[in-house]
Amino acid sequence: MSTATPLPAEHDRASGDNYLTYTRGLRSWIFSLDHKRIGVMYLIAIMASLALGGIFALLIRTELAAPGETIMGRNFYNQMFTLHGAVMIFLFIIPGIPAALGNFVLPIMLGAKDVAFPRLNLASLWLYVIGAAFFLLTLATGGLDTGWTFYTPYSTETNTRVISAATGAFVLGFSSIFTGINFVATIHTMRPPGMTWFRMPLFLWSLYATAVIQVLATPVLGITLLLLGAERLLGLGIFDPKLGGDPILFQHFFWFYSHPAVYIMILPAMGIISELISVFSRKHIFGYRFIAYSSLAIALLGFLVWGHHMFTSGQSKLASMIFSALTFSVSIPSAIKVFNWLATMYKGSIQLRTPMLYALSFIFLFGIGGLTGLFLGALATDVHLTDTYFVVAHFHYVMFGGTLIAFLGGLHYWWPKMFGRMYSEASAQVACLLVFVGFNLTFFPQFILGTRGMPRRYFDYQGLLGEHPEFTGYNLMSSLGSYLLGAGMTLILVYLLHSLWRGRPAPANPWGGATLEWQCSSPPPHDNFATPPVVGDPYDFSRLEYDAAQQAYVSTEGLEGKKLGTRG
Amino acid sequence: MTHSLAANMMLAGSLLAETDGGFWLPPARSTTAGAVDQLFYFILGVSAFFFALIVVLMVLFVVLYRRRPGDPAGEAPSHSTALEVFWTVIPLVIVIYIFYEGFVGYMAMRHVPRNAYDILVRAQKWKWIFSYENGHEDSDLHVPVNEAVRLTMTSEDVIHSLFIPTFRLKMDVVPGRYTTTWFRAVRPGTYDLYCAEYCGTGHSDMLAKVVVHEPGQFAKWLQEEGDLLKKLPPAEAGQRLVALRCASCHTIDGNPGIGPTLKGIWGQTHQFSNASPTVVDENYVRESILEPAAKVRQGYTGVMPTFKGILSDQQITAVIEYIKTLK
Repeated sequence: MSTATPLPAEHDRASGDNYLTYTRGLRSWIFSLDHKRIGVMYLIAIMASLALGGIFALLIRTELAAPGETIMGRNFYNQMFTLHGAVMIFLFIIPGIPAALGNFVLPIMLGAKDVAFPRLNLASLWLYVIGAAFFLLTLATGGLDTGWTFYTPYSTETNTRVISAATGAFVLGFSSIFTGINFVATIHTMRPPGMTWFRMPLFLWSLYATAVIQVLATPVLGITLLLLGAERLLGLGIFDPKLGGDPILFQHFFWFYSHPAVYIMILPAMGIISELISVFSRKHIFGYRFIAYSSLAIALLGFLVWGHHMFTSGQSKLASMIFSALTFSVSIPSAIKVFNWLATMYKGSIQLRTPMLYALSFIFLFGIGGLTGLFLGALATDVHLTDTYFVVAHFHYVMFGGTLIAFLGGLHYWWPKMFGRMYSEASAQVACLLVFVGFNLTFFPQFILGTRGMPRRYFDYQGLLGEHPEFTGYNLMSSLGSYLLGAGMTLILVYLLHSLWRGRPAPANPWGGATLEWQCSSPPPHDNFATPPVVGDPYDFSRLEYDAAQQAYVSTEGLEGKKLGTRG
Repeated sequence: MTHSLAANMMLAGSLLAETDGGFWLPPARSTTAGAVDQLFYFILGVSAFFFALIVVLMVLFVVLYRRRPGDPAGEAPSHSTALEVFWTVIPLVIVIYIFYEGFVGYMAMRHVPRNAYDILVRAQKWKWIFSYENGHEDSDLHVPVNEAVRLTMTSEDVIHSLFIPTFRLKMDVVPGRYTTTWFRAVRPGTYDLYCAEYCGTGHSDMLAKVVVHEPGQFAKWLQEEGDLLKKLPPAEAGQRLVALRCASCHTIDGNPGIGPTLKGIWGQTHQFSNASPTVVDENYVRESILEPAAKVRQGYTGVMPTFKGILSDQQITAVIEYIKTLK
C-alpha cells in the first residue's frame, strides 16, 4: 500500500461530516445521545462550576488577606468556604475528567462508536444539571455553612439550607454512578477485535478503576445523605446525640465514600499524565503493566483507609493504627507511577508543548502533594497537623496541583480533537506559567501556616497574632498568589474561546499520539469510525512521522493495519 | 569537663521535649512534643530528598533529551521488573519506618500516666470551660508545670477540637461522649489554645490560653479562685460568669459582636425578627438564656445555644444583677 492512500480521517474531512455539524439546533444537542456532544455539554457545565468555585475562592482569600474583618462577616465567610468546597468537589472535580474528557475520548480511544448505554449517559448529564440546580437553589435561598463535609451534629442544627444542598449532592451521586456503570460496561463489552485489556491506553485503565469506585462507593454517600435528611426532617436519631444518635458514625459513613472519592478525582488525572508523558517524549510508556495494576491497587486499597481522617476523633487506638498502616500502603502505587513517568522520559525525544508543560507541572506539584501526605499518614505528626492549613495545602496540591492541572493538560491535548481548532501556543505557555507560579505562591505558604498551628476554616486570625505574628505575612502571600492564579485561569478561558473562532484548523494528529482517537478527523465524525479500526500498541510511535507541510503527524504506512507487524 | 558533660546529657533529655521548633514548627513545650518534631523533620528530610531527586531527573531529562529535528527517540527498554521491584521496595521500607515511629509517638500521647491530675473540659459554641476539683470553672486552662494532666472532655452542642500547638496536642470534643487526652507541660508560661474543628459562626473566636504555673503556684492559684466566687456579691459573681460564658459573643462595651452587646440594654424595648417588641427585664433575660430562639434580635441570626441545665437559677440571677450594672 502506498503512502499516497488517503487516511480515513481525510475522507471524513472532505465529506464535511463531523459530530459538531452532524445535526443542528438546540434540541439536537440537549437530547443528543452522542457521547461526544454529551462530553462537550459536560465540559461547558463543569467549566461554569469551576468559575463559580474559583470566584468563591478569591473571595475567601481576599477576606484572609489581612487580619480582622475585611470584606465580609463571619457567617458569610463560613458560607463561602462551604460553597467553594461543595461546588469544587461535587460539581467540578469528581465529574471533571471522567464525565467531560472521559465521555469524549473513552469510546474513541477504545475504537467504539459510543458508550454502552447512550441514554444512561444523557440521563447522567441531566442529573448533573438537576444536582447543580439544587446547589444554586441552596445559594439563592440562604446558603449553607456546614463545610462541604456536612459534619453532624452541626449539620442537623444549623438553620442554613442543608436539605437542598444534600439533595443536590444525592442527585449528583447518581449522575456519577451512571457514568461509572457506563464506563465499566463499555470497556468490558465494546472493545473491537484486537483491543485486548493490555492494549488499552492507560487513560482507559484509570477511567476503569475510577468507574469501579464510582459504582461501589457513591451509594454509601447517598445513604448517608438520606439518613441526614431523615434526621433533620423527621427527627430520627441517627447522628445527633440529642436524639440518641452518634456523630462519629456520620464521619465513618461520610469518609467511607469521600476517601475513595479522592481517588475518583486523582486516578483519571494520573491516566492523562501517562498519555501526555509518553506522547510528548515520543517514547513507549515505561512499565505499562505496573501503571495499569497500580491504578487498580489504588482503587481497591482506597476503600480501606477512610479512618485516617479521624485519628483525633476519639476512635480507638487500634483502629487508628490499622488505618495508618493501610494509608501508607496506598502511597506505594502512586510512587510507582511517578518513577515510571520519569523512566519514560529517559532517552525520549521530549517536546515542551503546552500539554507536556502541564504534565511536568503535575509531577512537580503532585510530588509535593503526595510527599506531604506522609506527614498526615503518620499518627504522631497527624495529631498536630490535622485540621490545620497543612491539610488545606496538602489537599490543594493533590487536587488542584494534581487533578486540575492534569485536567488542563488533557483539555489542551484533546482540544484540537474536540473542536477542530488549534489554540495559541504562546498564550497557552504564558498561562501555564502563571498558573504554576500563582498556585505555588497561593498554597506553599499554607503549609507553613499549618505546621506553625493555624487551624483551617478560620474566619479571622487576629486573635492568633500574639503567639504567631508571622501569620499575617504568609496569609498575604497566599492571597496575592491566588490573584495571579485567577489571572492565569482567566487567560486560559480567553484564548481557548478565541481559538474556536480564530484558531488554525486542527489536523487529525497534531501531537503524534498513537492512540485511536488520533486516527479519526478533528473534530471526529458522528460515528467515530467508518470501519472498526485495527488496534496496535497505543505507545508505538515508530509508524508516525512529522509532516511539516501539514503541521501534523502522518502514518508512514498508509492505511492502518495493512502492514501490521512490519515496524518502521 | 566531666561535669559539663553530665550537665549536657541531662539537658539533652529535656531538650528532646523542649525545642524552639525550628522554622516549620512552633516551640515545643510538652514531653511528647519532642518525638513529634523529630519525626516531622525526618519525614521532611525524606520528602526533600525524593522531591529533589524527582525534579532534578525531570529537568535533566528535559534538557538532555529535548527534541531536535530529525532526531528520533533513543533506544531504551519499556519495562524492567528489577527496576520496578527496586523502586517499590525502597519506598516501602521507608514508609514502614515512618509508620512505626508515628505509631510509637501516638501511643505516648494516648497512654495516660497513672495519677494524672484531672481537669474536666466542656466545649460550647464558642467557649471553653475548664472545671477543677474544687468546683472552680475557668475560661482558660491553668495547669501545674512538670505534672501529667488528664483532660476529660465533652461538648454541649456540636463537635469541637482542643488544639494546643506548642504541646502538639489535638483531640476532638464530641457531644454525647467523653474523649480524653493528656500532656505534661515542661516550662511555665502562657500558650495559645484553639478550637480546630469547625463549629459555626464563632469558630475562629473560640480561643483560650493555657497558663502553666511555676512549681507550687498552681495549688495556690486554685485555692484563691475557688474561694473567690463563693464570697462575691451577685453582681460581681455575674461579671465573672459573663466573662466565662457570654463574652465570646456579647460585648460589654457597646460594640456589636456575634450577638448584641449587653451594655445599656436594661429597661430598653427591643425589636425582634420573630416576636413582638419586649422590654428587657428579669423575665426577658431569663428567657433569652434558657430559650434563645424564642426572641431573636433584629439584625442578628439566632445562633445562640441554650443554657438550660448549664446555668443554675442562682447563676442566672447573678448574671441579671450584673447586666443591671452595665449602663
